[in-house]
Amino acid sequence: MNKSLLLKTLTNPLSKAGFIIIVTVFLLAMLAPIIAPYDPDNINVKAILLAPSFEHWMGTDGLGRDVLSRMLYGGRISLLVGLVAVGISTAIGIILGAIAGYYRGWVDTVIMRLVDVMLSIPSFFLILAVIAFLTPSIINVMIVIGLTSWMGVTRLVRAEFLSLQGREFVQASRTLGAKDTRLIFTHLLPNSLTPIIVSSVLGVAGAVLMESGLSFLGLGVQAPQASWGNILTDGKDYIQFAWWLSLFPGLAILITVLGYNLLGEGLRDALDPRSNNAK
Amino acid sequence: MMKNLAFLKLKKLNRNAKASSTLLLLILLSACSKPSQDASSESLKKLNQTYPSQSGGTFIDATIGEPSGLIYMVAGESAAGAISSNIFNKLLKYDKNLDLEGELAESWQISADQKTITFKLKPNLKWADGKPLTSADVLWTWQAVIDEKTGSPYASDYQLVKKAETPDVLTFSVTYEQAYAPALDSWSGLQILPKHLLAGQDLHTTAFARKPVGSHYYKLDSWTHGENIKLSRNANAVLGQAKIDNLITRIIPDSSAQFLELMADNIDSMGLDPIKYARIIPARPELQQKLALYKELGSGYTYLGFNLKHKPFDDVRVRHAFNYAIDKQEIIDGVYLGLGIDIASPYKPGTRWSNPALQPYPYDPAKAKVLLKEAGFIDSDGDGILERDGKPFSFEIITNQNKEREKSAVLIQRRLKDVGIQANIRAIEWASFISRFIKTGDFDVVVLGWGLGLDPDQYNIWHSSQQAPGQFNFIGYNNPTIDKLLEQGRLELNPDKRMKIYHEFAKVLLEDSPIVYLSAGYGLSAIHKRIKGIDSPAPPAGLGWNSYDWYIPEPLRRNEIAVK
Amino acid sequence: MIKYLIKRVLWMIPLLIGISLISFFIMHLAPGDITSNEAAFNPKTSEESRQKLRELYNLDKPVIVQYGLWMKRMATLDFGNSFASHQKPVFWQTTDKDGNITKGMVQEALPITLMINILGLIITLTLAIPLGIIAARKYGLWQDKSITLFNFIGFSIPGFWLSLLLMYWLGVVNNWLPISGLHSLNYESLDNWSKLKDSLSHLFLPVVIPSVTGLAGITLFVKNGMLDVFHQDYITTARAKGLSEHKVVYTHALRNALLPLITIVGLSIPGLIGGSVIAETIFAIPGMGKLFFDSVMMRDFPVIMGILTIGSALTLIGNLIADIAYAWADPRVRRGVVRD
Repeated sequence: MNKSLLLKTLTNPLSKAGFIIIVTVFLLAMLAPIIAPYDPDNINVKAILLAPSFEHWMGTDGLGRDVLSRMLYGGRISLLVGLVAVGISTAIGIILGAIAGYYRGWVDTVIMRLVDVMLSIPSFFLILAVIAFLTPSIINVMIVIGLTSWMGVTRLVRAEFLSLQGREFVQASRTLGAKDTRLIFTHLLPNSLTPIIVSSVLGVAGAVLMESGLSFLGLGVQAPQASWGNILTDGKDYIQFAWWLSLFPGLAILITVLGYNLLGEGLRDALDPRSNNAK
Repeated sequence: MMKNLAFLKLKKLNRNAKASSTLLLLILLSACSKPSQDASSESLKKLNQTYPSQSGGTFIDATIGEPSGLIYMVAGESAAGAISSNIFNKLLKYDKNLDLEGELAESWQISADQKTITFKLKPNLKWADGKPLTSADVLWTWQAVIDEKTGSPYASDYQLVKKAETPDVLTFSVTYEQAYAPALDSWSGLQILPKHLLAGQDLHTTAFARKPVGSHYYKLDSWTHGENIKLSRNANAVLGQAKIDNLITRIIPDSSAQFLELMADNIDSMGLDPIKYARIIPARPELQQKLALYKELGSGYTYLGFNLKHKPFDDVRVRHAFNYAIDKQEIIDGVYLGLGIDIASPYKPGTRWSNPALQPYPYDPAKAKVLLKEAGFIDSDGDGILERDGKPFSFEIITNQNKEREKSAVLIQRRLKDVGIQANIRAIEWASFISRFIKTGDFDVVVLGWGLGLDPDQYNIWHSSQQAPGQFNFIGYNNPTIDKLLEQGRLELNPDKRMKIYHEFAKVLLEDSPIVYLSAGYGLSAIHKRIKGIDSPAPPAGLGWNSYDWYIPEPLRRNEIAVK
Repeated sequence: MIKYLIKRVLWMIPLLIGISLISFFIMHLAPGDITSNEAAFNPKTSEESRQKLRELYNLDKPVIVQYGLWMKRMATLDFGNSFASHQKPVFWQTTDKDGNITKGMVQEALPITLMINILGLIITLTLAIPLGIIAARKYGLWQDKSITLFNFIGFSIPGFWLSLLLMYWLGVVNNWLPISGLHSLNYESLDNWSKLKDSLSHLFLPVVIPSVTGLAGITLFVKNGMLDVFHQDYITTARAKGLSEHKVVYTHALRNALLPLITIVGLSIPGLIGGSVIAETIFAIPGMGKLFFDSVMMRDFPVIMGILTIGSALTLIGNLIADIAYAWADPRVRRGVVRD
């Protein structure tokens, strides 16, 4: 992604807001060990379910742990799940998409049929079944979300490759005898990078939401490890009473996912030739 | 000019963003605000008056899981038992004080050699469809439960019966290979099925499972898959007539949704967790006014179990150290909010089987450290974690996904760290938990619970012969003294002698500490105050022992047309 | 065209076999089977009886043999019976010799899920199309941005959290709507009009919440489609011809922008059939999502396989229909200008 793209993206106030949200959330999660007021695992059975106060800005949970500290540490986990899951799906998508789009022929057919198969199984079912069967853990959640969401990127990369190969500069270097790998890595891939970035940014948003949904079903990140999804799920039974247990993680997920979406959409707009001559 | 315009846009946008976020906040805030006090003082007064017992009305409760069918010996799960126990009778039942009495049986006799039990049925028993209920039905039910094709998970008790006979329509007798003390208890668990409707049918596929005919207080009216199961009074009920006309069980899989339904007065009762019981309902006057809270001691307990085949848990000093290191009162206060008691034997406190002389291990971390040192654990590298033979004392506690158990594990983890033991926690979904860890014996320490029956026999759990994969002595406990006591206990029919055996058994068990008793939590529930006749505080047999005498005074009923 | 259709239909067979293979082997990677249920930890139960049950269901055989047995039954379109639910048929009802009808599990769950999701799709489309048009016409202006923001907020809220808040606010605090379930307990005794009202009030939240959270995608799609069309020559021509803006937007641009929506609707079919596990759990709706989740948790293999296979087959058929509809609606494809 080049500098001008980012600059262009940030002229849009919505994307700017998204960018600021993402940076802030990341900073908070990174700095968790420094800014968290308490140890997130510090139990205090004398201080169970305290409402937000000066001492505990977001109150305490069912074991007297500080919710703010757990939110900060949980944010690290939730963001990590999002990033790694999308990393996996993007990697698979690029590899398969590149192979299909570059070599075409029967390889392409096989890969695209695999994409069809994966797309026609309701994806949440697949995720659910695999995670339940592998026993839920952070790593399994990341891997499974990754392994079940690569189809979009594959199609995207394949389409880019197909269209790029018709372009003159690619044909020129091919006639000059460039090797396959060289062609792929110096010409084709860099030129298809931007749409991949857009789809990855949007993918992270989806993965963060997915983790919270899996937590609701008891298949997300497991206690005592905190994630936004499982803090929210823990709090859902007391939504009308110990409201701080669900309000803060709910808002955190909302704001973060919103941030990713605004940024992703802004990037897409900035890439779009139309945005230059909008009416 | 351009700049100005952009600025203007931004301002407008801001206003818009604000508007939508204000809307969201409004929803959140009003969602957090308390509901208006719709219960006027007059209806409250009505709720708290006393009324004479009268029949009629509808009781609505909810279940998380839908029963798979209503033949309990095949279905097996508690959701099925909760409903089928209102439809089918058993030969015997426990009374208010946990003594056995006849239900279908009028009397029973044990032969002099203690191997044969002869049940005499009450005369003129009828099924809900009017057909007579005889000893042939009982015999058929026994044949069905032990039939391999039925594959009933509960078959083992009944397979011990060598011979079953029906000398006449009112007599049913069973003969065992040798005296079997838990036999009577087992006959208080088997729901008797109608032979005339089931003979020749496959119990797994029969339509009867979804439209059963029984002999108890209620009969099935309708079962709407995924929505509700409606029962109504059985006019032919063998034990007389229950007070409440209809029992409706709604299927509501999410506990939060269930609680919302309770708040909105759409269901009459619900099991509660300690936080709802001790914190939420008492803090909300409008809930407290209409809901009565009940607690009863169940016959289950939570424990920490060691894999005794793994080092260092084979060392009794290590097990004792755990006992001293874990602060059980902290678990009771922190996890159960005080709604539990600590125990020293695997029996419900206050019952005859529980040995009153036994005391739980006190919380004494200093003593735990001494014991660990004796066992060879020393912190040689000064990292706060003990080592033996160069290996740090570190392991994984596994538990199933149960909030109370997870929380207990977290508290245990901290207390163990205090004495230099590093424990990690893993919560695992039930089916994987059983098949991947328990069955294979691939675990170090578990936090789990046992829910126990009323008979003191715990042969399946502690006897050294019960260690094969899938059997219940999965911790690998092997103690000849215990084995012998368990064998004696099965043969001894005299209650007093039997009591002594199990008191001794519990004493040896406590000394040997194959598990650490964590606590016995109370069963907690809320029942709408419109339901009268509830025996509180709950007698030993539990709150529901007289549920057939519960009643709903007419002025307090829901609009019946609206329900029925 | 006919040849193309036949080819497409034939393609579905290897696809379905692929799907069943993936499903079957994922399933049997899992630890546990139907006997590792709640009762498996009741000390009154015995391992021998569990072993008997395993034999009864052929679970003691190697996975490949089990797959063979399954395929053999599938050849006669027999989806088998549930292990966990008293041998209820997985797909379609059976009648026993006494004339008792036992409904199939998918047969019961699918119509509920389809109804909810189709209603939801209708709501989504009726909101998304106008919003997308407005966003496109006011591209870059505040209307466009506030629509985008609103949609994204909807998309970003964890659905179960929003559902519980609304259930509490509308169901408990204000008593405007029922909280959960599909019908009131007295549903059977209502007249038709009240029945309809009862159903709609129960369906309101489960239908509206997912449609609002799903609005973002389709609105964006419509918006981008409209923008694309705005820049095409024929629209410029139409404008140049002096046609009113209204006419340009609603007759020329819209029709062309909406065409690709057919494909989107086709792609949303797995969701329509699969339903939402979470929404169905929260609102106590016995649909496909809940059925699948329960089956996974209980290791009810025939039901899991049945749902995955039936769901995928319906998806493939749905996609095929979407493609045909697209071809029919788009004159260029119809005339064979564009292929595949």
